[in-house]
Amino acid sequence: MGGKIAPSWGADKCFVPALEKKREDKRQEFRSSLDSTENFRSLQTDPPSTHKPMAKVPVVRVLFTPRPQQGRTANDRPASAQAVVRLRRASVLTTRLLPIKNTTYLHVVHRVVTESIKSRELEKDELRPLYMDFQATTPMVCIFLPKYFTKIHKCCWGSYFMGLTQNILPKDQLSFTRNCSLLNKQLRSSIFFLRQDPRVLDAMLPYQVNYYGNPHSRTHAYGWESESAMEKARKQVADLISADPREIVFTSGATESNNMSIKGVARFYKPKKKHIITTQTEHKCVLDSCRVLESEGFEVTYLPVKNNGLIDIKQLEQTIRSDTSLVSIMTVNNEIGVKQPIQEIGHICQSKNVFFHTDAAQAVGKIPINVSDWKIDLMSISGHKIYGPKGVGALYVRRRPRVRIEPLQSGGGQERGLRSGTVPTPLAVGLGAACEIAQQEMEYDHKRVSMLASRLVQKIMSEIPEVVMNGDSEQRYPGCINLSFAYVEGESLLMALKDVALSSGSACTSASLEPSYVLRAIGADEDLAHSSIRFGIGRFTTEEEVDYTAEKCIQQVRRLREMSPLWEMVQEGIDLKSIKWTQH
Amino acid sequence: MAASSKAQVLSLYRMLIKESKKFPSYNYRTYALRRVRDAFRENHKVDDPKVQEQLIRKAWDTLALIQRQAQGHLGWDLACERQ
Repeated sequence: MGGKIAPSWGADKCFVPALEKKREDKRQEFRSSLDSTENFRSLQTDPPSTHKPMAKVPVVRVLFTPRPQQGRTANDRPASAQAVVRLRRASVLTTRLLPIKNTTYLHVVHRVVTESIKSRELEKDELRPLYMDFQATTPMVCIFLPKYFTKIHKCCWGSYFMGLTQNILPKDQLSFTRNCSLLNKQLRSSIFFLRQDPRVLDAMLPYQVNYYGNPHSRTHAYGWESESAMEKARKQVADLISADPREIVFTSGATESNNMSIKGVARFYKPKKKHIITTQTEHKCVLDSCRVLESEGFEVTYLPVKNNGLIDIKQLEQTIRSDTSLVSIMTVNNEIGVKQPIQEIGHICQSKNVFFHTDAAQAVGKIPINVSDWKIDLMSISGHKIYGPKGVGALYVRRRPRVRIEPLQSGGGQERGLRSGTVPTPLAVGLGAACEIAQQEMEYDHKRVSMLASRLVQKIMSEIPEVVMNGDSEQRYPGCINLSFAYVEGESLLMALKDVALSSGSACTSASLEPSYVLRAIGADEDLAHSSIRFGIGRFTTEEEVDYTAEKCIQQVRRLREMSPLWEMVQEGIDLKSIKWTQH
Repeated sequence: MAASSKAQVLSLYRMLIKESKKFPSYNYRTYALRRVRDAFRENHKVDDPKVQEQLIRKAWDTLALIQRQAQGHLGWDLACERQ
């Protein structure tokens, strides 16, 4: 089929002779290259048995949509022609899509292709959400990034405005330069918005990339390397809590560790002991495990806490019965930051022959822990709370005297049979590195965090009245501060403080609207519980961030209080409790 | 290795600071600068040569670490931190 190919209907007006000649040459080339079967096969995607015989090589015809022609040059070809040029390489494939004899509607194909991959350009000043995740275990904040297309600043649309529309400044007021203060005022670091320490990342990377053997394989060097790395990590974790490496079991996180310990101990000792004691301020995973056990026939006592968040030791002693198998109390509360008197509890439990489990996810690496001094039998450790990777944790299970656990995860008997499954070597190495770093930096971090925390609290409390710090002021870990602002609507305060990575309640309850059960347990009023904000301060928090947070907080609380009629009434001296609200 | 002179230690400090400034992430950058400064200040008065040597070795390791990590992980930095 040589010779000039006459364009079909509608195309004569757009027929470009020069282009057509070029195309024709190429067709000749293509046809000649198909003379040998190998060439044709190499162009094929199907296996040889299904390829068409060569005699039926399709001829590619091109159809253009009619366009008005005025001063046509090679450059202002219609868009469809350009598309044809681009799609030439796909011509062999497209003939299969549209099996019309001797013709190919490449233009149609082009349109189909471009229509399916439509990218929507953001309108000017339109906000674009970056990330929003309500189910995350650490609260993520919703960052809105406006995309500005000014000439100068085309490359730096990375500066962002946080929060609602009222916070957006008009373009001319904002400077996008390197020294932009807004660029530096970024997400507040919090212990709950945790970065991995770069040293942890550095330790993990080789195990992600190169040393990828299964640590449980005993027969090759990859396995040996991974196993030695895993054992080294185990030793690092054990050193942090003054335990023996054989007593550490790697898990997928503190939630799994909690589940394993509570359900495991309870079920193992079920024939004789059916009572479990825990508190009302525990983490959701502990409370949920206890609920499951209740449905299995156990009795669970949820100890109340005093107003300062600490449990009453005498009450605990009285509650322990002869058939109590486990007492589970967390070391540092994740919402209010109070530190329970673990040493005394441990001694009581030992004297009464009861196993003592503590969820130390927030405490490990931040306060010095000694499992033998504190007489702890089981302890949960979380990786990402100590600036390690997410998805790994550990459980300390005492060997002398032996604590027996019914394993939750059955399988090949790894990890002393308590938790079967391949240990994720890079994550375990990360956890080990994080523990080692935490041990070295504990003093420095503690000093710094206390300094920053007192700075934040003093700033806020000196500027605005009626602020309540939930939880005991002495017995606490300074990095977790929970403040309640009276006469301020909680949700609006949270929305106004969107650029600070904080949450009301804990992450596991952040999606629900009701106030935190922890605050309810310590006896906070409903309205105070609703308007409570938890600030987390960690290793990477800077003074600037703390100052910014305090400023923002003060500003927003003042603004919301201006609008609040309750606040007006309080200013006038009316006692709110004495008001009889009418019932319509 | 002979006991390092003051000049060597100072040059090591300068290198650490220079590399720390290259972290693309604000929090890591500020932490690295602060920690390096505080660590050198804290160990300023150490006399025991063995301890000194150990600390200096650790400082060299940290320098290598910072050099590796401060390149930023291409494209995986937060958009707002890309300057």
